[in-house]
Amino acid sequence: MSPSAYVVLAAILFTLGSVGVLVRRNAIVMFMSVEMMLNACNLAFVAFARMNGNLDGQVVAFFVMVVAAAEVVVGLAIIVTIFRTRRSASVDEPNLLKY
Amino acid sequence: MEVTTAAGGAFAYLWLLIGFPLAGAAILLFGGKRTNRWGHYVGTLAVVASAAYAVILLLALMGRSPEERTVVQHIADWIFINKFSASIALQLDQLSMVFVLLITIVGSLIHVYSIGYMKDDPDRRRFFGFLNLFVAAMLLLVLADNYLLLYAGWEGVGLASFLLIGFWQHKNSAAAAAKKAFVMNRIGDVGMSLGIMLIFVTFGSVTFSTVFDQAGEASDTTMTWIGLLLLLAACGKSAQFPLQAWLLDAMEGPTPVSALIHAATMVTAGVYLIVRSGPIFDQTIVASTVVVIIGTITMFLGAFIGSAKDEIKKALAGSTMSQIGYMILAAGLGPVGYVFAIFHLLTHGVFKANLFLGAGSVMHGMKNRENMRRYGALRAAMIVTWLSFMAATFAIMGIPPFSGFWSKDDIIHAAFEHNIIIGICAILAAGFTGFYMTRMLVMTFFGKARWEDDQHPHESPPVMTIPLIILGIGSIFTGIGLLFWGNIETWLEPVTGFETRELAIPAIVLEGITLLVVLVGAAVAIAMYRRSVAVEAPKGNVLVRAARNSMYDDAINDTIAVRPTYWLSRSLVWADRSVIDGIVGGSAAFVGGLSGRMRRLQSGFARSYALAMLGGAILVVVVMLLVRLP
Repeated sequence: MSPSAYVVLAAILFTLGSVGVLVRRNAIVMFMSVEMMLNACNLAFVAFARMNGNLDGQVVAFFVMVVAAAEVVVGLAIIVTIFRTRRSASVDEPNLLKY
Repeated sequence: MEVTTAAGGAFAYLWLLIGFPLAGAAILLFGGKRTNRWGHYVGTLAVVASAAYAVILLLALMGRSPEERTVVQHIADWIFINKFSASIALQLDQLSMVFVLLITIVGSLIHVYSIGYMKDDPDRRRFFGFLNLFVAAMLLLVLADNYLLLYAGWEGVGLASFLLIGFWQHKNSAAAAAKKAFVMNRIGDVGMSLGIMLIFVTFGSVTFSTVFDQAGEASDTTMTWIGLLLLLAACGKSAQFPLQAWLLDAMEGPTPVSALIHAATMVTAGVYLIVRSGPIFDQTIVASTVVVIIGTITMFLGAFIGSAKDEIKKALAGSTMSQIGYMILAAGLGPVGYVFAIFHLLTHGVFKANLFLGAGSVMHGMKNRENMRRYGALRAAMIVTWLSFMAATFAIMGIPPFSGFWSKDDIIHAAFEHNIIIGICAILAAGFTGFYMTRMLVMTFFGKARWEDDQHPHESPPVMTIPLIILGIGSIFTGIGLLFWGNIETWLEPVTGFETRELAIPAIVLEGITLLVVLVGAAVAIAMYRRSVAVEAPKGNVLVRAARNSMYDDAINDTIAVRPTYWLSRSLVWADRSVIDGIVGGSAAFVGGLSGRMRRLQSGFARSYALAMLGGAILVVVVMLLVRLP
């Protein structure tokens, strides 16, 4: 299998993720979509690392995983708090911070 | 060459000349109400002390040889910046001396007279304080040894005249007249300050002696400009055309103020400035010609106005303008005329003070009414006033041997030597003088009584008549005294220079012609006003109406200066409001409005922010691709 197929897959996953972020209201689903985008990037990094024969991309993939883990911790905590106060995980309802 | 000597001996306290009246002013003005009871005596005493010291100085000065009569006293350093230096230093020479004598002696008499004239005024103390300030400022003006200190006195005179003209400030007309005098004087002062700056730039100094020593070295153009600027200054202070309009309104002040302004201080300052700056005017034929022309115009202007006004003080004000015109004319003639300008200024100082104080005495007896059409036959009621007024009238008309004859005749001579047309003008103006003074005399003291019903004319108290008697005697003898006993020509010569030129017509013939013209003027006045005077002023022809309106000077000033200024300031206000404020306010409103619209983007919906981020990211990618493409 040529490495370009991985890159194409990464692009498809990224697009799916970004569409998910934009169209879904549920914060948990959006969160999952963000994870999908991060992992699409990871896939691309690893694919490029493989194509170019150096390890930089793989290292970056690890960094991304660490960042994603940290993000999950903070993000889920926020989502849970919002859910407790508003009985909903919709991102459209908390819109008080505006003009 | 003159020798300048440092002050010593009698001259050691030169500053006291100014110090006395200045101290008087300080005591009266800062002393408050507790000085009310004796304030006027302090004020009078201050000027009398100054006059006494001036006489001592005169004697000391006469004891010296003519070359050593310039005394300089350095009092304090004033301004020293780099090359520029001006010190507070007084210079007493023959020219300053005669001015000091005129100011202090005539000033003393006016002070004494004011004790009686202002007796019932609740603000008499303040009045005397201002009078003292006036005298002090004028003395500073004539004693300064540099232009900058002269300027300080010049402004002091302007301030004091403002305070005194507007002394009865509860009258709107008086307050307006004071402001008018002040503003018109400012126009002259612009000339003065620019002139001083130009003098400093040209000569690197403002001290008289330094400037005059180098006067020949500067270019003609520079000298002309300095001359014209100084002339503008003189026009403002001396009420010469075209800045003459304030003088007639200045009659709103109490009468002694008019006497002080017209005789001893203020209007004489312009003549002093021109004569003092003689070495500058000698270098520039253009400026001195303009001086002569201005003098001639004002001479006629004043004569016209004086001939038509019905208020006694305004008629006198017209005559002052005319006589100062004579002096300015003479001063413009150069060394031929300087001496005569000063000579006429001295005699005029005496008889004009006499005329104004006489007019004040008449008004005192006539419940302060000024309209001469309501006077008449007052000679029986006020004999002293009448006799002294008549002496002064003959003096100003130039009837021999009264004082004005000697001085005015000399000016006419000098004018003829200079230019036949100017000479004829001077003779014609003398005829006008004969007319308006006789008219005033006849309307006031002769003819039938045209008093209003409540009038009971009476002679003034001795405190007012004694100064009148002294001035009346002065009006008779000042001319002869100064000419034959005082040798005014040789006295002033070291300062002003003096020369005579031969004349085609013998002097005696010229004197005869002048006298004839004056008598014709007087005869016309007698013929017109001896028999009857209409109580209401007749409409008169165009010229009379113009003269009665002071040659429409207010209307002219209004048209050429006031209204354009209003227009300019209104359009500037408009420009400020619409253009400047428009740009500032408009840009603020633009930013505000734009922000108001832009903030709608902050919708609070997290997903719209996500879309914007996506859009931004795509944009960045597209731009990067586009930039890398070529």
